[in-house]
Amino acid sequence: MAEVTTYNEEVLIEEHGYDDHFHDHHHGDKYQSNFITHYIFSMDHKVIAKQFLITGIFWGIIGAAMSIVFRLQLGFPEENMAWIKPILGKWIVVNQDGIGTLAPDFYYALVTMHGTILVFFVLTAGLSGTFSNLLIPLQIGARDMASPLLNMMSYWFFFLSGSLMFASLFLSTGPFSGGWTAYPPLSVLPAASSGSGAGMTLWATSLIFFVVSVLLGGINYITTVLNLRTKGMTMWRLPLTIWAFFITAIIGLLSFPVLISALLLTVFDRELGTSFFLSDIYIGGEALDRVGGSPILFQHLFWFLGHPEVYIIILPAMGLVSEVLSVHARKPIFGYKAMVYSILAIAFLSFIVWAHHMFMSGVNPFIANFFVIFTLIIAVPSAVKVFNWIATLYGGNIRFNSASLYSIGFVSMFISGGLTGIFLGNSAIDIQMHDTYFVVAHFHIVMGIAAFFGMFAGIYHWFPKMFGRFMNETLGRLHFWGTIISAYMIFWPMHYMGMAGVPRRYYSFEAFDAFSHFDEMNKFITVFAIISFAFQILFVINFFYSIWKGKVVTTKNPWGANTLEWTTPINAGHGNWPGRIPSVNRWAYDYGKDGVEFTPQIVPLKEGEVDGH
Amino acid sequence: MTGLIILLCILLIFVIVVQIGKVSEIAGKIRGDQEIEVDGNRINGAISIIFMVLFLVGCVVSAIYYEDSMLGYGPHVAASEHGVGLDRIFNVTLFFTGIVFILTQIALFYFAWKFQGRPGKKAMFISHDNKLEVIWTIIPAVVMTFLVVGGLDAWNDVMADVTEGEDYMEIEATGQQFAWTIRYPGEDGLIGTKNYTLINPNNPLGMDWSDEKNHDDMVSTGAGEIMKLPVNKKVRVRITSRDVLHNFDMPHFRIKMDAVPGLPTYFVFTPTVTTEEYRAGLGATDKNGDPLYPEWWEPSDEEDPESPMRWEAFQYELACAELCGNGHYSMRRVFEIVSQEEFDVWAASQQSYYLTTIRNTDEDPFKGRLLDVEIKSRGKEFKNRLETALASEAIEDKTLRFDYVNFNTGSAVLTPDSRYELENLVAAMSDYPNMTVELAGHTDNVGGADGNQVLSQNRAVAVMNFLAGKGISSSRMTAVGYGPSVPVESNDTEEGRAANRRTEFKIINQ
Repeated sequence: MAEVTTYNEEVLIEEHGYDDHFHDHHHGDKYQSNFITHYIFSMDHKVIAKQFLITGIFWGIIGAAMSIVFRLQLGFPEENMAWIKPILGKWIVVNQDGIGTLAPDFYYALVTMHGTILVFFVLTAGLSGTFSNLLIPLQIGARDMASPLLNMMSYWFFFLSGSLMFASLFLSTGPFSGGWTAYPPLSVLPAASSGSGAGMTLWATSLIFFVVSVLLGGINYITTVLNLRTKGMTMWRLPLTIWAFFITAIIGLLSFPVLISALLLTVFDRELGTSFFLSDIYIGGEALDRVGGSPILFQHLFWFLGHPEVYIIILPAMGLVSEVLSVHARKPIFGYKAMVYSILAIAFLSFIVWAHHMFMSGVNPFIANFFVIFTLIIAVPSAVKVFNWIATLYGGNIRFNSASLYSIGFVSMFISGGLTGIFLGNSAIDIQMHDTYFVVAHFHIVMGIAAFFGMFAGIYHWFPKMFGRFMNETLGRLHFWGTIISAYMIFWPMHYMGMAGVPRRYYSFEAFDAFSHFDEMNKFITVFAIISFAFQILFVINFFYSIWKGKVVTTKNPWGANTLEWTTPINAGHGNWPGRIPSVNRWAYDYGKDGVEFTPQIVPLKEGEVDGH
Repeated sequence: MTGLIILLCILLIFVIVVQIGKVSEIAGKIRGDQEIEVDGNRINGAISIIFMVLFLVGCVVSAIYYEDSMLGYGPHVAASEHGVGLDRIFNVTLFFTGIVFILTQIALFYFAWKFQGRPGKKAMFISHDNKLEVIWTIIPAVVMTFLVVGGLDAWNDVMADVTEGEDYMEIEATGQQFAWTIRYPGEDGLIGTKNYTLINPNNPLGMDWSDEKNHDDMVSTGAGEIMKLPVNKKVRVRITSRDVLHNFDMPHFRIKMDAVPGLPTYFVFTPTVTTEEYRAGLGATDKNGDPLYPEWWEPSDEEDPESPMRWEAFQYELACAELCGNGHYSMRRVFEIVSQEEFDVWAASQQSYYLTTIRNTDEDPFKGRLLDVEIKSRGKEFKNRLETALASEAIEDKTLRFDYVNFNTGSAVLTPDSRYELENLVAAMSDYPNMTVELAGHTDNVGGADGNQVLSQNRAVAVMNFLAGKGISSSRMTAVGYGPSVPVESNDTEEGRAANRRTEFKIINQ
C-alpha cells in the first residue's frame, strides 16, 4: 500500500482500445434528453440497475417489517399488539380488555408475503437485476445491453408486478396467505382460506408479470454476454461476476417459464373450473365436482422453478463475493477455472434436484433415490467454491472494509447454511426435519442471509461506481458486525427447535406440549430480529445519505481493481466510455503478479508473459 | 405520547450514529485515509478473531444447552423402530459436517485476520493449485457417497410398504380443516371403502355403508379423544385428506407424510416405547435422586402448581406439518402407546361408528335387515349368557330369555330373523347333548286371559317345532304357555308390557 500502483486508463484505452464509432452516431444523447427519459423511462443499464436496487430496497424494508410483525406474534404472543392497529387495521383484533392480537389469517398472509417479496422482489430482482444490469455491460466492455428497450421493459414489468402485489396488501379479504409456494388446493379454493380469494388472483397475476420481467432481463443478459464482449474479452477472461450472471440468466430462462405454466394452470383451476390440481375435495359443506387432478403435479412444476430459483439467488451473490474478495485480498481468486466449472456444475444439477422439496409429499418414495444422489452431489462443487474462497484469503493483504467484510461473512453463512443442506438433502433425515424450523434456519442462512451478504458486498463495493461517492465505512462496518451477529442469533437457535420437531408456519405453539416449551428462545429470536432490522435501517440511512452527501470519489479506480468498469469516467454517461471502448488483454485477476499490486485487464501482456497463471 | 417519545429516541439514535459516521470521515481527512485504513484492518481483523471464537464457542455451548432437544440425545429419543436408525444417521452427518464446519470457519476468520492488510506488505500471487483442488473435490465426494448410501438404505427400509402376509394393523388418518379424523378397522382388521361425495354431517369420512367392511370401523373425530396403539406392533397408517394438503406429523416417532386429497399415502412404523415408558424416561433421576431432565419436572399447567409434572403429563402428539389454512397450528391429536393386552381391552370397548350412529337410520342401506356382524355378535352374546347360566348354581339363573325371537302381532308365526337366535340354541344343544329345556311362552295382560294362554302355548310350540325341524329330539324339550300369569314387569306401562311379551327357555338338565 505504500507504493501506489496507478495506470492512466485514458491513454491505455486510446492506444489499445477499439473504435466502434460511438460518437459518429451520438450528438448528445437523444435517448436521455430530459428528466423522464433520464431517470424514469431510462434505457441506460446503469440507471436501470439503480432502479432495480432502490425498488429492491423498498421491498426489502417492507418484507423485513412484515417479518418483525409475525416475529412479535411468535416471540410475544401474550403482548398487546393494539399499537400497530393504526397500520394493520382490522387484522389486529382487539378484545374487550383492549388487548390486541394479530389475526391468524393475517399472520399467514405476512408469512406468505415475506417469502414472496424476499425471494422474488428483493433477492431476484433486487440482487440479480441490479448487478447484472450494472456490471454486465461495464465489465465486458459494452456500451449498453444488447436491447436497452427490453431492458427498460424488464424493469417496468417488475414495477407493474410489484404494484399489483402492493395493491393486494390492502384487500379486505387480505393478501394471499397460502405460503410463498402457493400449494393447491389451498391456493385454488377461496373457501379454504380468505387469502385465496382476490389476494391469490393478484398474487398470481403479479408473479406472471414478474416472470415476464425476469425473462426480458435474462434474454438480454445472455445475448449481451455472448455478443457484446469487447475485443480480447474471451469467455475465460470474464470476471466471475459475469460468469455468475450469465449462468443465472440461463437458469432463469429455462426454469421461470415452468413457473408460468404452474401459475396459469392454477388460474385455470381458479377461474375456468378446470381440475389440474384438484381431486376428491369436500369443502364449505359440499363435495366439489372436480376430479382427476393432482396437487402433486403443481409441486413438481413449482419446484422445477423453485429449486433453480435458489441458485438464481445465490449464484450472483457468489459471483459478487468472488470478485470483491479477490480485489480486497489483493490476490487472484483461487482456482478461477474450478470456480467457473463449479458454477456450471451447480447450474446443471439445480435442474435435477427439485423433488428434494417433496420427499414427504406423497410422491413415490422410490424416486427419492435419484433426487438424494443429485442433491448431495451439489455439495461437491459447493465445497470446492468454499475452499477456493478461503484459499483466496490465504496469503493476501486484505483490506477490511464493508465490502470485504460482507464477502467474508457470506462465506461463513454459506458454510453454516450449506452444511445443514446435507442433512435435509438426505431423505432419511428429512423425514424428521421436513417443514420444521431446521428448514427455516437452513434456507434463511444459506440463501437469505448469504445472498443478502453478497448483495451488501456488491453495494458497498460498487456504490462508488453507481453514485460517484463512497458509502460511510464506519457505518458500513457497524452494519456488518451488527447484522452477522444478529443473523446468527436469529437463525442458529432455530436448528434446535427443528430437531425437536417444531413445525414451521405455526401461528402459535401453545396447542402442543412438544412445541410449546421454546418461549424463551422465541423471545430471544424476536429481539434479535428487531435488532437486525434496526441495523438494516442504519444501512438504508447510510445508503441514501451517501448518495448525496457521501465522500466524493476522486480517482477512477478507487479499489485498485482490474475489471473494466473502473476504466470509465467516475460518473459515466450513457455509452460508458466517452471515446473508444477498452480492449482486453488479460484475465481479470492479475493481483500481485510479478510484484505489481494490480494489473488491469486493459494493460497489454508484457513480452513473454502468460495470461492467467 | 409514549409512542412519540420512543419514535424521537429512535430518531435521535440514528442522528447520533450518522454523526459518528461523519466524525470518522472527518478524522480520515485529518489523519489520512491510509492510516485510517490500517487502523480499520487491525480493528476489524481483531473483531473477526473474537467473533470466530465466540461464534464457535456459542455453537458448542448452545448445543450442550439444548442437548435435550437434539435427536437421539437425552429425553429426545425416537419412540419407533425406524426412528432410532434415522437419529443415528442424523448424528453421523452431524459429526462429519461438524468437523468441516469448525475447520472452515476457523480457517476463514483466521486467514482473514492473519493476512490483514499492512503497509508495505505484498500479497502472494497464487492463482490455483491443481493438486489441492483435486484433494478437496475428492474428500467431500467420498464423504457424500458414504452419507448417501447410508441415508438411502435407511430411507428405502422406512418407506417400504407392508407386504402380504405380514403381521400389521392398519389405521387411517384423514386431515381436514382443522382436525384429524382417526379411523380404526374394527374386528375384521379391514378399513372400509369411502368416497368423498358421500360426506355429510353424519358421515364425516364419506364411508360407503353398503360396504360391510365399514360396519365395524371405529371413527374418532373428537380432538380430545385419546387413541391407543399396541407397542411393538407394526402399524400402517393410511393417510388421506378431505380438503387441502395436510401432513401427518408425529415427531416422537420420526413420522411425516403429506395427506393429499385424491391420493392416499401411507407411513409404516412400529412404536417401541409405551407412553408410560417414555414418561418414565423423561422423569428419570440419577443415583442421587435428582432429575436428569429438570425441564420436565415443572408443572404441566403453568397456572396451576399442583398440576402433574410435565413428564407425568407427557403424551405422544399428532400435528399437521403442511400449511393448510388459518387453523394449521391447532390440529392436535393424542396417541397412547400401550401393551397389547391394554390395547385389546380398549379396542373391545370401542364402538362401531356405523352401528352407533347410522344403523337403521334412513342413511342405512341395510335398514330393517339383519347384518352378518349383528348375527355374529348376537351369537356371541347368546353363548356368553348360556355359559353363565350353565355355570350358575342358582335356579333363577337357568331361565334365559330369547331377545331376538319375535312373532307377528297376535299370531304364532316366527318372524324370519328369529331363526338366528334359535339356531344359536340348536348349536348349544348339539354341544351339550344331555341338555333338556323347557320352552315357555308369555304374554302381557291385554286381551282375554284364555286367548293369551293359547297364544303363548302356540308360540312355545312354534319354537319347539323350529328346533325339532333342526334335528333336536322332541324328548329333550317341552313347550309351555303361561299366558300373562308370570309377568317380569308391571303391566301398567307400555315398556313393562313389552318386557312381559316374551319367549324363554329354562335349562332343566345340563
